[in-house]
Amino acid sequence: MAFRQFGVAASVTVALALATPAYAATEIQWWHAMTGGNNDIVNKLAEDFNASQSDYKVVPTFKGSYPDTMNAGIAAFRAGTAPHIIQVFEVGTATMMSATGAIKPVYQLMKDANEPFDPKAYLPAITGYYSTSKGDMLSFPFNSSSTVMWINNDELKKAGIAAIPKTWPEVFDAAKKLKAAGHTTCGFSNAWASWVHIEQFSAWHNVPIGTKSNGLDGFDTVLTFNSPLHVKHLQNLIDLQKDKTYDYAGRANASENRFASGECAIFLTSSGYYATAKSTAKFDFTSAPMPYYPDAAGAPQNSIIGGASLWVMGGKKPEEYKGVAKFFTFLSDTNRQADLHQKSGYLPITKAAYEKTKADGFYEKNPVLQTPLKELTNKEPTENSRGLRFGNMVQMRDLWAEELEAALAGKKTAQEALDAAVARGNAMLRTFEKTAK
Amino acid sequence: MEKSVVFNNKLLPYLLLVPQLIITFVFFYWPASQAVFQSFKREDAFGLTSEFVGLENYLTLFAQPEYYKSMLTTVIFSSLVAALSLSIALLFATQADKNLKAAGTYKTLMIWPYAVAPAVAGVLWIFMFHPSLGTLARPLRWMNFDWNPLLNGNHAMTLVVMAAVWKQISYNFLFFLAGLQSIPKSVLEAGAIDGAGPMRRFWTIVFPLLSPTTFFLLVVNVVYVFFDTFGIIDAVTGGGPAGATTTMVYKVFADGRLGGDLGGSAAQSVVLMVIVIALTAVQFKYIERKVQY
Repeated sequence: MAFRQFGVAASVTVALALATPAYAATEIQWWHAMTGGNNDIVNKLAEDFNASQSDYKVVPTFKGSYPDTMNAGIAAFRAGTAPHIIQVFEVGTATMMSATGAIKPVYQLMKDANEPFDPKAYLPAITGYYSTSKGDMLSFPFNSSSTVMWINNDELKKAGIAAIPKTWPEVFDAAKKLKAAGHTTCGFSNAWASWVHIEQFSAWHNVPIGTKSNGLDGFDTVLTFNSPLHVKHLQNLIDLQKDKTYDYAGRANASENRFASGECAIFLTSSGYYATAKSTAKFDFTSAPMPYYPDAAGAPQNSIIGGASLWVMGGKKPEEYKGVAKFFTFLSDTNRQADLHQKSGYLPITKAAYEKTKADGFYEKNPVLQTPLKELTNKEPTENSRGLRFGNMVQMRDLWAEELEAALAGKKTAQEALDAAVARGNAMLRTFEKTAK
Repeated sequence: MEKSVVFNNKLLPYLLLVPQLIITFVFFYWPASQAVFQSFKREDAFGLTSEFVGLENYLTLFAQPEYYKSMLTTVIFSSLVAALSLSIALLFATQADKNLKAAGTYKTLMIWPYAVAPAVAGVLWIFMFHPSLGTLARPLRWMNFDWNPLLNGNHAMTLVVMAAVWKQISYNFLFFLAGLQSIPKSVLEAGAIDGAGPMRRFWTIVFPLLSPTTFFLLVVNVVYVFFDTFGIIDAVTGGGPAGATTTMVYKVFADGRLGGDLGGSAAQSVVLMVIVIALTAVQFKYIERKVQY
């Protein structure tokens, strides 16, 4: 008898234990491409969100580099196993937004889930990149950055350079002095060749990369970055590359530690390099706005953002979307945003977080982190500096870099290289236009 | 009384063949036919829209000067890798075939690189030869040699060739060694008695008797350089600078995966498939005649 009762009790316990998962949290898969310190930040965010409520569980998964993560998402969608949230870098924006049905626009998501959502609470310089021309936000900005010029103060002092150079001619002069002072292999350099010398360069000088507001107003855009200003800039780089006053450092950011190692005392790359610079550079460093040509009318304009945003994939259950919406609200929290910004060096996405960081006096102690924000908000954006949206941009960046490499290696003139980059890019845009109807 | 076993079952031989046929179909014919099918279509990356475009993908492909450039790059890359990895492996194998102390250790060490994944192999070589960070690039700079695979196409090509050769030597070494060990000692001794020196013995006895192995390795190596090297190229140069290391298979990968142009990428796979089939056929028809079994 006692034994039978035990049996009943045991089976009830088992039944309860088995039943619990049915009431367990709805899982939300989040694929991302964050490495190192930023990977920890992603995991911490998910942990904090999961601890803050019990209905949903965000599961972050690292999927490799930005292109790898995006491709994994696309392949998973084709196989019917897409995650709920996927982090896609800014150049993948056109591909993602043209995939109607494969994605769930964020403004729609927030509306369906009845989550409080005010698009005006976010910094327009950032959300503009991820919104339609009507202002509907399609993806949720996660880590945003811009190009800044990193400066090794110690080496500049040693070379007798009194002030941080502001214009390109000043940068070239400083680089020559640095070279004379012993930096024989690198006067100045940069990561992300196409991003820095074509995309940001154009926006900062208020010249178009392509027609139709750099593609924001339609996929029938045509590239135009073979203007005299672009040619002049590339020609300067070609001349300086010959004796390594400028030294090309590759398409992506693998060579960023040429700055931290002290080899290159002037280095243009993402403001998101802050966390790495802070932990690896053993000298006094700072960041300065990108240089400009003083004779170019209107320069400097404003810079555009880089980094990545979170896209919500289509075809998921309403219950799951509710969880995603709650997670986005959680991410938008002012204190959380301010904290993320101050730790990672990526930009705050809400106005409130920016104001809070300012009010806390954070920028007085860390002016480095304010440089990209100053660049982004330097002037009211024009159609040349609002952002850019070109199909196949992932491969296009490589293609542009290919032509820059040909020019810097002396195989093509500046004009030939830029003409070829434009022509090949346009062919790619036409192919994309046909599939993105 | 004579006993002969006759299987009257007509179905049995086919049944026995089925597993092999299924594997061949699933892993070769099916994907190959999918590639051909895909190459006549234009599709967005997500597969949401798909449209039959006939030969358009092929016409676009053959209108690109970059495609012909990648063909030339492939020819240079493949001949260098195949020739170097075969000859170096043969040299090592003949040395290992001698009576050495620690021959076992030597052989084992020779085989290790084969276990390294292509992408990892690429990263290892990048660590050694990165222009400003590489451990072996620094001595080059001290010697005032302007080593710069980031801009100099020949340097970049040298680097990927070295990585691809290094990776393939183990495999070739293993087969050459096995081939050498199967050559009867008596033949070599007879040669020695007749007064032939080591070099003469190698070229007139060893090399011809090794020709079946060499031929097999030639076919396998050509397939290796055509298909299996894009991991190394991706990790070391990303096809650059200025397309100097973009081989045909790397272009398939770049256009399909990075560019999301599945139709164009499929068309390139089909062209590549045709080329490799033709190459293998040529090898069997002409070079095999010289093989002495």
